[in-house]
Formats: sequence, C-alpha cells, structure tokens
Amino acid sequence: MLKANDLHITFNPGTPIETRALCGMSLQIPTGQFVTVIGTNGAGKSTFLNAISGDQGVDSGSILINDIDVTAQPVWERAKQVARVFQDPMAGTCEDLTIEENMSLAEQRGQRRGLGRAVKASQRAGFREHLATLGLGLENRLHDRIGLLSGGQRQAVSLLMAALRPSQILLLDEHTAALDPRTADFVLQLTQRIVKEKQLTTMMVTHSMRQALDVGDRTIMLHQGQVVLDVSGDQRKGLDVPDLLAMFEKVRGEKLADDALLLS
Amino acid sequence: MSLFSMFGALEIGLIFSLVALGVFISFRLLRFPDLTVDGSFPLGGAVGALCISNGMDPFLSTVLAALAGACAGVVTAILNVHLKIMDLLASILMMTALYSINLRIMGKPNIPLIMEPTVFTILEPSWLIDYIARPAILIIIVLLAKLALDAYFSTRQGLAIRATGSNPRMARAQGINTGAMIILGMAISNGLVGLAGALFAQSQGGADISMGIGTIVIGLAAVIVGESILPSRKLFLITLAVILGAIVYRFFIALALNSDFIGLQAQDLNLVTALLVTFALVIPLFKQRMSRRKRV
Repeated sequence: MLKANDLHITFNPGTPIETRALCGMSLQIPTGQFVTVIGTNGAGKSTFLNAISGDQGVDSGSILINDIDVTAQPVWERAKQVARVFQDPMAGTCEDLTIEENMSLAEQRGQRRGLGRAVKASQRAGFREHLATLGLGLENRLHDRIGLLSGGQRQAVSLLMAALRPSQILLLDEHTAALDPRTADFVLQLTQRIVKEKQLTTMMVTHSMRQALDVGDRTIMLHQGQVVLDVSGDQRKGLDVPDLLAMFEKVRGEKLADDALLLS
Repeated sequence: MSLFSMFGALEIGLIFSLVALGVFISFRLLRFPDLTVDGSFPLGGAVGALCISNGMDPFLSTVLAALAGACAGVVTAILNVHLKIMDLLASILMMTALYSINLRIMGKPNIPLIMEPTVFTILEPSWLIDYIARPAILIIIVLLAKLALDAYFSTRQGLAIRATGSNPRMARAQGINTGAMIILGMAISNGLVGLAGALFAQSQGGADISMGIGTIVIGLAAVIVGESILPSRKLFLITLAVILGAIVYRFFIALALNSDFIGLQAQDLNLVTALLVTFALVIPLFKQRMSRRKRV
C-alpha cells in the first residue's frame, strides 16, 4: 500500500527559472495494484517517481509505504521497500561487474552486507534459473561483465533484479522508452509476467497512451504536478486513446497538442 | 646496475606497491581522485618512527601507523560525503593539513631509525644478507595484503564498495549506503598507504617530513604501468598487475638514475617520475592515432 499525501516540490524556488514540479499531488495505491502513469513532458511523472524512491526530496507532504512514513528516509534506506528500473538501460546495472555480481547485489537489496562471499555457489543455480526464463541465453554468461550486454538485455536483467527480493513497491520509469520496438515489447511482456507472478504493487510511467491503457489495472494522468485523471475497472476497459484525449481536454478545459502525448 | 641497487629497487618497489594498491582502491574502485596519499604516507612514517623511537614494539608501531593512515582517509571521505566538498579539493585540504600534523607528530623535520629494532631487523634470518632479506620479507607482506584485498572485495561488503564506485545511483537503489562505503573504502586505501609509509621509514633509516612528496604520482604511475603490462578485468589479476607495475616502475627509475651516460642524479627523481607518468598516459593516445592512420 502506497500513500502519497499532498506532495509539493519546487525546483529553483525564488529564481526566474522557478518550476513547480509537484503541486499538492496525492495518490493511494492499494497492495498489488498495477498503475500506469501518463502525462506530457514536464507534467511531473519522473519527479513523482523520484519522490517515491527518495532520489528527490519533497518540500512538503508525506509518503507512506504500508503505513510507515518514509518521507525522511534516504534512497538506500527506502530500497528495502522500493525496487526500481530506470529509463536508461545503463543506469540500473553496474557495467564493471559481472552478471552474477549484479544479481547478487540485487538479491541483497536493503539487507546488511557483511563479510560473507558475495556470490555463493548456491545462489548461482537460482540466478541461472531466473536468467533462463528470459530466453536470451544469459544463463551461460554469469561471469561476463554486464557492460558487454545490449541495452535490451541489460534492461531485462534489471527487471529480473528488481524482482529478486520481495518488495512493496516496484517503480518503472519509462523503462522501455530507450529500446527498439521489438525489445520494448519483450521487456513489457516480461514486466507483466513478473508483476503478476510476484503480486507487486507497481507504478509504471509511460509515454504511450496505448500502453497505458493495455497494461495494468489503473491509469492516472498527471498535468502540472497534479493528478487530473484517474480511471480503473470497467470505466477504463471501455476507454480508447481518443477517449483519453477527450477526457483530458475536458478535465483541463484546454486544447492539448496531440503529438506531445501520442509520440511512440 | 649493480646487484645491490637492483635489490634496493625491488625493496622500494614492493613498499610502493602497497601505495599503488591503495591508490587503485581510491582512483579505480571508488573513482575518488584522492591526493590525501601525499600526506598519509609520511603520516604512516611519522607515527611508525615516533612509536619505535620511543621503544614501542615495531609491529604494534606499524599497525598504529596504518590506523593513522586510515583515519586520514576517513577525514577526507567525511569532508566529501557529509560536508559536500568536491572529492579532489577535500583530499588536497587534508593533504595540506597533514603536512602540519606530521610536523607536530614528529616534533622535528625527521626522526632517524638507525640503531632501533624494526620489523625487518626482527624478522630477517641471520644467515641472509640484509639487502636480500628485506625484499623477501616485503614480498610476504605485500602478497598477504594482496590476498586479503582480493578476498575482501569479493565479499558482500566489498562488492558494495565496488558498486558504489561503478554506479552510485544503482548502488543506492539496491539499498547500499554509498556515503558509508566511500568512507570505508578510503579508510582501507589510506590505511595501506600509512602501512607503506611506516615500512618505508623502517627500511630507509627514518621518517622525514618531505618523504611524501610525489607519492600520489608514483602510486598512479604504478597503477597505470600495471594496467598496461597486464590488462585484465579480473580483480585477482588487477591487484597483481598493480604490484608488478610498482616494481617495474621502480626498476625504470633506478635504471634511469644509475645510468651515468644519461647524467641524471637523485634530485631528478620527481622530474623522471612525472615524465614517465606522462609517457604512460600518452601511449594509448598515440596507439589510437597510429591505428587510425593505418585504416586511412
């Protein structure tokens, strides 16, 4: 269960380039729900995700995960509850480390790291099994540096890594945006499979309205740092991309440049 | 080059291989450009020499010297992590402060260790000439340090330090307290340098306030030379390469200074060092240009 209450974030306050990224943003996501997030550039999607993960501090408001207030916790402390896949495929893994070392880092997410061996033989079998489900042949390349993998492969491994440890929240920040269409589709299907298998509470930012409606249980739209649209269930099933655009226009009472949202 | 000067070069090369391992941890694993080394090396020498000249056990003195070095590393890291001072600047501040601190510790510009027992006089067997025994003892110390580092950096904690240097954002997202890891890594790095300083003072007959000048350049040179003679991505081989780099580098220096026809003297040491490092850094660039020209 994720609760965000009245979040405010302003960049460069008091200067000519002052930007109000979040203006009283509130959202509740019940356990196990898969929410897709859409909005124009600068709507506050990434800022919101960064606020949840702790990468971005909030000016005011609170964030609760399972009724525990995590607003003041740094990123590494929140990592116990929050797993994340970045937009940049290079950002989610350590390119200097091997595949198994990366996976071992993720398997101990939020745990105390002592002087035990980083990669034990018993872990390797598990890693192989997980990697085999990708069907990319990575299970035979445990000792390869992860920097040798393609962006798509690295993103797939990042997703696996995010699910290696049970977590309360999974954050996906346009994690298919930097991939070619086929790989993006593969990673998206993998996402749905993992989220379903592990019953993860998930928030996925996407640029594609089609994707936002097809994937997950609920769709929210952000505009100027606030939730302007929140649909789920039957209401969402009956929706199509033009409906979404129309709803958006109705809510905001202003004309929207189609291509800004329809890109991809 | 005489046999005597060859063993002398090996001895100093081995001591500086500990510095090189420390520099490797800060510059390569943590990607923290750390110049504290120029201060923590004489700090180790000062603490070691002071303790020994006051009658303390040489082994205990050497351990204390390493701990002093580690403390210096911790302070630099805290300046960077908690006070948000840029890494390079934090280390320069610490290096500057250490010059005064070292003078205060010693109370004078140098402490000679001529008649006092040292780890070398205690460990060297009576049947072996001292200039051979010292490098032999150092080989064991350096190998132990290398194996300990190899083992440590393949533990969970060691892996967390490597992840911190490689991709701090990812490390934090995996629940690693990156600030704490930088402090820990810098402590290990400068601890090794402090140890080297104490051994240097004991092998060269005393600690001197100016013994730290250029330490960072020598350490970096060793790392760069090592990486070019034995390029590898495996930690076990990289630490070996770094040690070999320090020794090879020292042999080049000894060769340059001992060849009368070049006309170089001891005071030219730092100039030769700077030239060698420049040379080692520029080689890849020339290689690239050569291969590009061939393709055209």
